[in-house]
Amino acid sequence: MAYVAIADRDHEQHLHDPQTFIEKYIWSQDHKVIAIQYGVTAIFVGVIAMILSVMMRLQLGFPDSFSLINPENYYQFVTMHGMIMVIYLLTALFLGGFGNYLIPLMCGSRDMVFPFMNMLSYWVYLLSVIILLVSLFVPGGATGAGWTLYPPQAISDGTPGESLGIVLMLASLGVFIIAFTMGGLNYVTTVLQARCRGMTLMRMPLSVWGIFVATILGLLAFPALLVSAIMMLLDKLAHTSFFMPAMISAGEQLEHTGGSPILFQHLFWFFGHPEVYIVALPAFGIVSDVLATHARKNIFGYRMMVWAILAIGGLSFIVWAHHMYVSGMNPYFGFFFATTTLIIAVPTALKVYNWVLTLWQGNIHLRVPMLFAIGFIFTFIHGGLTGIFLGNVVIDLPLSDTYFVVAHFHMVMGVSPVLVVFAAIYHWYPKMTGRMFNETLGKWHFWMTLLGTYSIYLPMHYLGFQGVPRRYFAMGNTDFLPESAQALNASITISAIFVALTQLIFFYNMITSLRNGKKADSNPWGATTLEWQTPDTPPKHGNWGHDLPEVHRWAYDYSVPGQEQDFVPQNVPASEVPVGRDHGVHH
Amino acid sequence: MTITLVFLAVIMATVIGWLLRQSLNTQPWVSDSVADSFSGASLDTNSKTVGLTTFLAVATSLFALFVSAYTIRMRVADWSPLAEPDLLWVNSAFLVLASVVYHWTRNRAVAGRTASLKPGLMVAGALSIMFLVGQLVAWQQLLAAGQYASSNAANAFFYLLTGVHGLHMLGGLYVWARSAVRAWTGADADAVRLSIELCTVYWHFLLLVWVVLFGLLLAT
Ligand code: HEM
Ligand SMILES: [Cu+2]
Repeated sequence: MAYVAIADRDHEQHLHDPQTFIEKYIWSQDHKVIAIQYGVTAIFVGVIAMILSVMMRLQLGFPDSFSLINPENYYQFVTMHGMIMVIYLLTALFLGGFGNYLIPLMCGSRDMVFPFMNMLSYWVYLLSVIILLVSLFVPGGATGAGWTLYPPQAISDGTPGESLGIVLMLASLGVFIIAFTMGGLNYVTTVLQARCRGMTLMRMPLSVWGIFVATILGLLAFPALLVSAIMMLLDKLAHTSFFMPAMISAGEQLEHTGGSPILFQHLFWFFGHPEVYIVALPAFGIVSDVLATHARKNIFGYRMMVWAILAIGGLSFIVWAHHMYVSGMNPYFGFFFATTTLIIAVPTALKVYNWVLTLWQGNIHLRVPMLFAIGFIFTFIHGGLTGIFLGNVVIDLPLSDTYFVVAHFHMVMGVSPVLVVFAAIYHWYPKMTGRMFNETLGKWHFWMTLLGTYSIYLPMHYLGFQGVPRRYFAMGNTDFLPESAQALNASITISAIFVALTQLIFFYNMITSLRNGKKADSNPWGATTLEWQTPDTPPKHGNWGHDLPEVHRWAYDYSVPGQEQDFVPQNVPASEVPVGRDHGVHH
Repeated sequence: MTITLVFLAVIMATVIGWLLRQSLNTQPWVSDSVADSFSGASLDTNSKTVGLTTFLAVATSLFALFVSAYTIRMRVADWSPLAEPDLLWVNSAFLVLASVVYHWTRNRAVAGRTASLKPGLMVAGALSIMFLVGQLVAWQQLLAAGQYASSNAANAFFYLLTGVHGLHMLGGLYVWARSAVRAWTGADADAVRLSIELCTVYWHFLLLVWVVLFGLLLAT
């Protein structure tokens, strides 16, 4: 590897020190401010999505008691809820939020390599959010096509929001993808080129690995969504027939001919499945670091964890059609995708074993971030196992479009990543704000959220077996369902309201601690990674003061035998470790 | 989707293969003086080059997906092939020349010949703009002949592919304009070298994409 002096590389990034309030906090090019802007915006839309889910649950639990919710609204709520949660909350928060905050700090860089583009990324993201929210208020309302936006119904008469709503949704997605690409180019380039001295790839914390590979997936997969959005927009606005088949609507022959709705499904899921891992890989990485830190143990099988992230990333591109088993595909095709789906479970399971083995004989501190991380292991195993069910064609066929699927994906990509989001916010809150949060409130938040979500989603599996259909405003002709299904639905709704209200504890804690929280040390958890070794807390613009850090070890030197302290930060050279330490000890 | 899969397989295999080579045979938990002296940059080049290369991978994914969609939609019975206007050959020639001239300008910039920048940039830009204008004229000819996007999926794809390619060219021209402004306001070869080098790569990429798209359009 050619040696480039740090000083030389620094010239590539022109860090100008912001002077005015506006430069510092609004048009900021500082990755930490941009991270917080991304985070706050994402959580704001996430709350809207959560309110929408409560509205849906009200209708399902207590049918027709709320005149405000009619079938059209219900479809719009389902769609907006799903789309916001997946894209505008989780993708934006993990990559735009945590990616922005953690990459430069954990890699020992001053900032992202293209700070201006990074700033632009946030403002373009905000634009996409605004377009999305505007669609709620236009004539006809937001689209009610389901978050999968399948044509022909997405742009045909009879679907709510088929005129303006869907157009704004597709436009918003396009704008989001542009924002993501600008951010993503930054994350990849920064990880590859702007690490500090001594930070080899294999010394990077797993959080960075997860975010890095997820970004690569996003950069390659989002174009599929862009292609489908552009083509559907043209079908809608320019009357082309990419996806729209010949149709008769209200006795009238429509102008479309020959378009292929299945083509849309392929494109959508070619993006859609990697999207699951775009959300999951950062969560995997972050949870690994939180577990190691609070268990005071090195992560079990670091290299295996890295290779598993890479394997999952690669494989995630060849499983997409497991979302299309009911589209009438060739059975051999289904067999192929069932096989790849089960193969991808192998590296995923490896990661789960390694998390559990990291806890084995650790010195576990059940602090709030740790609780959420352990909660994640439970919900992820749970959702992962039902995924193996659904990956098999014969099991998927009857369960597809029932509540079993709703339960599965909420466990695996709703609850699990959200638990990691909470773990991460609690874990890095002291660094981001310089204050500690209230531990007791945090624990209440954890237990109420975990038990609450289980009481939402566990019964949904059972409803799914019974055949309760997904995306239904009302049960309709479902005489085969026992009376008790409705009782269960009512209890799920009560749990959902309970979980939603529980989040008020979180917001209260986060906001009041900003002011009243105890002042945080620079490294309250005794963590090894670089972000905890900054000269200031919260870190200032440029992160490291005068000199960049130099890295001398991997990120997991916890409880190294024969040493006084139970952790050695990455930037401490061997010569400065208190007790004589023989090289290459087996931890 | 096969085409996209092949492209992505190549990209992913390159990325993952490279990353694995970096990580095999390392024992990150052992302190290691070789690792300690690692510079922090994985690739022996500057950030802008890495950024552009990554962007080209994204654009490749985008065009590969369009081509996949094309080949899938093509198999439906209502497809009726479009007779592409001959003007496209002329446009292609503009694009080839633009690429050649950009490459020449780049060589001059690398050699430190500030005097060649202005004529080089001017001709490369003019050729590229002629290419775009030519594409618009081709659209006009088709529209005049009653070949609308809504008439047939083959037509729709023609407008779509040329349009998306043209938009990428417009993006390139934005960067071109920035180098041109710098060249005209007295920047010397050294100062604009990198941006010209990167533009050259991008122009070659757009040429390659155009050759593939044009070939596909002609062949089907
Ligand atoms: C407070 C927590 C949540 C509740 C109570 C909730 C509830 C619901 C409900 C009732 C539906 C509609 C099911 C149907 O009618 O078929 C739904 C759909 C969905 N939810 Fe959630 N959800 C929550 C959190 C999340 C999160 C965090 C995600 C992030 C991935 C998510 C993703 C989705 C998706 C993708 C759909 C499918 C939308 C569609 O069918 O088009 N949800 N959720
Ligand atoms: Cu999937």
